[in-house]
Amino acid sequence: MAKTGRLRQTAAPRIGQVTLLRLAVILGVLAVWEFLAHSGWLYRDVVPSLLSIARALAGLLGSSEFYFNLGVTAAEIAAALAIGGLSGLVVGILLGANRFLSRAFEIYLYYLGPTPKIIFFPVLIMWFGVGPESKVALGTLSCFFPVALSVAAGMRQIDKVLIRVGASFRASALQMVLKIYLPAMRHPIINGFRLGFGFALIGALLAETKLSNKGVGFLIINAYSTFDMPRMYAMLIVLFVLAIGANALIGRLGALDRIKRL
Amino acid sequence: MIGAAALRRSSPGRFIAPAVGFAAIAGAFALGEVLVQIGVIDRYIVPPPSEVIASFYRIVAEERVFTRFLYTAGECLIAGVLLTLFGIAGGVLMHRFKLLQQAIETWVAALAAAPLVLMYPLFLVIFGRSMWTMVIMGFVSGLPPVILKTIEGIAATREVLINVGRSFKLSASQQFWKILFPAALPTIFVGVRLGLIFALINIVGTEFLINFGGLGHLIADLAERYDLAGTYAAICFVILVSILFFIALEKAERWLRPAD
Repeated sequence: MAKTGRLRQTAAPRIGQVTLLRLAVILGVLAVWEFLAHSGWLYRDVVPSLLSIARALAGLLGSSEFYFNLGVTAAEIAAALAIGGLSGLVVGILLGANRFLSRAFEIYLYYLGPTPKIIFFPVLIMWFGVGPESKVALGTLSCFFPVALSVAAGMRQIDKVLIRVGASFRASALQMVLKIYLPAMRHPIINGFRLGFGFALIGALLAETKLSNKGVGFLIINAYSTFDMPRMYAMLIVLFVLAIGANALIGRLGALDRIKRL
Repeated sequence: MIGAAALRRSSPGRFIAPAVGFAAIAGAFALGEVLVQIGVIDRYIVPPPSEVIASFYRIVAEERVFTRFLYTAGECLIAGVLLTLFGIAGGVLMHRFKLLQQAIETWVAALAAAPLVLMYPLFLVIFGRSMWTMVIMGFVSGLPPVILKTIEGIAATREVLINVGRSFKLSASQQFWKILFPAALPTIFVGVRLGLIFALINIVGTEFLINFGGLGHLIADLAERYDLAGTYAAICFVILVSILFFIALEKAERWLRPAD
């Protein structure tokens, strides 16, 4: 999602203190939460007690219904990432390789990229129906732009020497793509897919909350409309853990490669 | 993302490529028009582009599009002010207390990658169907980049500048307001720009999802009335507004950046 920049390593306090502070922050937040839950200042159940959230979490993780819906959503996201990511990759390579195409079309991608995609959902429902297809379509639309833009930018940063090496070996266009371009820009590609994954996830889940009858987004909005707050919190927790974990995993994929090269 | 300016700057024949791009898109719309008119594409799924253009007038005249625009803009403004204030304050605090930064900077970065917009049912419960649901949604989703960029900007202040401050014996607060903050401002604004973009996306998205408020609500409303041409026109309108918003932010960022 965010281009948040690298985190700096600041040489200062020892690890022990950091861990202590982290624990203190977590405990503080939990204590304030529990206090709010019992204070009666907010509407009942808006801030449910930690115990009831834990119970809901356990119930959720033990129910086959949840895994079925998680599977539906995961399949939608995977399909969106495959379609949107691959088409983004192709378009990115075309734009990155050809200055004319880039000058003609990239400006549209650049400005369309960050616009809110969920507003296309009514149109996508008309085109693809109310089933999982329209969620895949919205996810695809969301993840296409970051992949295409990241790949196009990465393509332009490839060392010119590598391209000349390819040319002097008389590599065909396909060989250039497979042997020079793709290996040389795996970092922008991985980064593009990391961003794309985040957008595909948001696209598919938001679409599910708007109109659907299965998927985790549907479960969340269902919990909301039946005012089952602990269950809703439990699902948000699971989703956040999964999303942040997947994001870190894809990021690690890029870093692993860097370590191996050293 | 590459700068739009870099794309525009070009050698001879600089107008040919953009003209071809524009012509290709216009051509695609014309083709769409023909395909709908001769019935290859069902006009109850895709209305002809000419009908969409014609209904622009209708959504302006009948659907109070400017009032809605102001409503959404107001939400973005409040969220923007909030995330600037809290984001910069958070960043400064974390820069000042290194221990705090070490403990939670990675958490903030992880939050920036989390699908925060999915929390909208939560805010819906807390704030009800009101403007504040959107404002808080925008605020929460735009906060992480502002915090992270503020830390980055302050930490990147050139040593020379800090030494100048020291040699003038500036107090800690003078050092901050006269040296660190001005030096970090361009980077901080990058964070604010990202934050505002996330805020706009999430505010319009939430309006659409909960059928309430400004421009997002308009699209949901028109779609529910099955006013197809109107829906397409409203989507185009929202896209145009967001693009203008991005361009304005980019101009502001370039204006703030030092000339070196």
